[in-house]
Amino acid sequence: MARYLITRAWQSALTLLLSTIVVFLGVRALPGDPALALAGEDRSPEALEAIRHHYGLDQPLPLQFVRYVGRAAQGDFGESIRTGIPVSSMLTTALPVTVELAILAILLAAALGVGAGVLAAVRRGHPAEWLANGLALVGLSVPHFWLALLAILYLSVATGLFPASGFVPLLDNPVDNLHHLILPAVILGTGLAAIIMRQTRSAMLDSLSSDYVRTAKAKGLRPRAVITHHALRNSLIVVVTIVGLQLGGLISGAVVTEQIFGLPGFGKMTIDAVFQRDYPVIQAVVLLTATAYIVINFLVDLLYSVIDPRIRVTGDPA
Amino acid sequence: MTTAERTGTPSSAVEAPVLEVRDLSVAFRTEGGTVSAVDRVSLDLAPGEIVGMVGESGCGKSVTAMSIAGLLPGSARVTGSVRLQGTELVGTRESVLRRVRGKEIAYIFQEPMTSLNPVLTVGRQIGEVLQVHERMSGRAARARAVELLSLVGIPSAATRVDNYPHQLSGGMRQRVMIAMAVACGPKVLVADEPTTALDVTVQAGILQVLRDLRDRLGTSILIITHDLGVIADVADRVVVMYAGRVVERAPVTDLFAFPYHQYTAGLLSASPTPGVHAGTQRLQEIPGLVPVLSTQPDACTFADRCPAADARCREAAPPLEAVRPAINDHVAACWHPCPAPRTHVEEATA
Repeated sequence: MARYLITRAWQSALTLLLSTIVVFLGVRALPGDPALALAGEDRSPEALEAIRHHYGLDQPLPLQFVRYVGRAAQGDFGESIRTGIPVSSMLTTALPVTVELAILAILLAAALGVGAGVLAAVRRGHPAEWLANGLALVGLSVPHFWLALLAILYLSVATGLFPASGFVPLLDNPVDNLHHLILPAVILGTGLAAIIMRQTRSAMLDSLSSDYVRTAKAKGLRPRAVITHHALRNSLIVVVTIVGLQLGGLISGAVVTEQIFGLPGFGKMTIDAVFQRDYPVIQAVVLLTATAYIVINFLVDLLYSVIDPRIRVTGDPA
Repeated sequence: MTTAERTGTPSSAVEAPVLEVRDLSVAFRTEGGTVSAVDRVSLDLAPGEIVGMVGESGCGKSVTAMSIAGLLPGSARVTGSVRLQGTELVGTRESVLRRVRGKEIAYIFQEPMTSLNPVLTVGRQIGEVLQVHERMSGRAARARAVELLSLVGIPSAATRVDNYPHQLSGGMRQRVMIAMAVACGPKVLVADEPTTALDVTVQAGILQVLRDLRDRLGTSILIITHDLGVIADVADRVVVMYAGRVVERAPVTDLFAFPYHQYTAGLLSASPTPGVHAGTQRLQEIPGLVPVLSTQPDACTFADRCPAADARCREAAPPLEAVRPAINDHVAACWHPCPAPRTHVEEATA
């Protein structure tokens, strides 16, 4: 197990380094000179040179990279070109919003998706299965933003059940916080819930016809015990894989959802930065997204080994 | 001739049988109509007796086995009677059957790798039966699991109990299956091809464990196999099945010495006998395949592959009757039985 952990950690670190290089070069490959963008009215060569010198842009790329990585490792991503606020402090206000939104969406999607998937597999051929399959199809096909607009129209504007936009920090007022986040989380989670449902259903159908489920029945276990202890536990291996792969989609989905619901999160910050050509912010945002992706994958792998003992022993993520 | 012999009902058991199967039929509803898989099978299992059920793949052995404790899927229609110490099991409610499964009637399956849950420790899987049926605490169940593992001959059971199935060898896994099956001291153990997936040397060990359990715990065992060697090794009596029907039933020594049904004779000559087949004689195969039962309800199902078949065999299904001369509860369903060897006749008339 320890060896497996070390191998995975090392792989993650390498991926992180590679993605840092890609982000660094990617931003520099963008058309346009940041010095030119910063200079504004005063475009004298001296002024441009001064700006380049101030930001270290006149130095060779490898040196720039090392300095960038060194600072980023200490949490220093520079300052926003537009506002002059340190990027790190922008992140500390925006990140918790997105993280909370994402976690809420995942929890809702997992609960709904696994529940409906198990039901659809166990009640095969019954109306419950058709309903679950139909809902999954809707969840997959309907675009988030449209669903979000519908939700705002009917659940916020018309009935006033949920606030249409805005955010209250969790520590200020947990109830209000949840009230603001629940609708965006549901919208963000629908696609994931649909995917989880379909995966759970097919994995459960496999498990339910397996020999070990027959053994469990032959032992005289109740159907519920057979389903939860034996069939579902094995099915979750597949489900966890899919969830892990889909989390990237969740991050990009959060960008749109936050924009629609006016949540001051990571996604909104990204969109604003892109529109304003705020390079240090974009760079930090992309790097952080990549990091999040890598960390999530690492956690998913860990989760595997908790669920599936075969991975734990062989040290080989099958 | 007694009534029992005439009607073909088994009567060898001196003690009251633990398990009585009478006219058990199983049909499956499929998209192409109803397909019959088992046709009026009857057999008895006396206390402490090992009965072997033998036949080719697809002859209904496993379906018969699964139907005993009601383990077939919902598409199966089971009729007839299965009595466990007098209690009828066919058509009984699921809640009653659940108390029987694992406690009174336990199963061992063919492939121990897939029959054990890969993500649970063997201790947990054995303990589960005890927790459900004996209301044991988790700790007590685990301790008992260790005892059971030693009982079935697993060395260092105290550490093995925390192993997962993939950490054990095939033979060990099958021993775990057996430990799980005998955890609650069942009256009947149904072993469906318990040695088929194992090496020959491991097979012998598993059969020895089964014999030991019968001797020590008095468990009655129904062992299902296509391997006559296994039957010869452990069984007291044999039931030969063909295309969903019992075609012959006899004490094991009788069956091997005097096969009566043409199919049994064919089956025996298709298996190697040490000495006889050593490079001198070819094994005889039975031509053709096992037919689908539903296609010929009123004929001998073996007729198409039988060397002795005539018009009568294709018009009427032979009843399961005592062989003549009657001996040792030996019954068969054949219009043209193999000629009985002289020794057989002499014994019977003596």
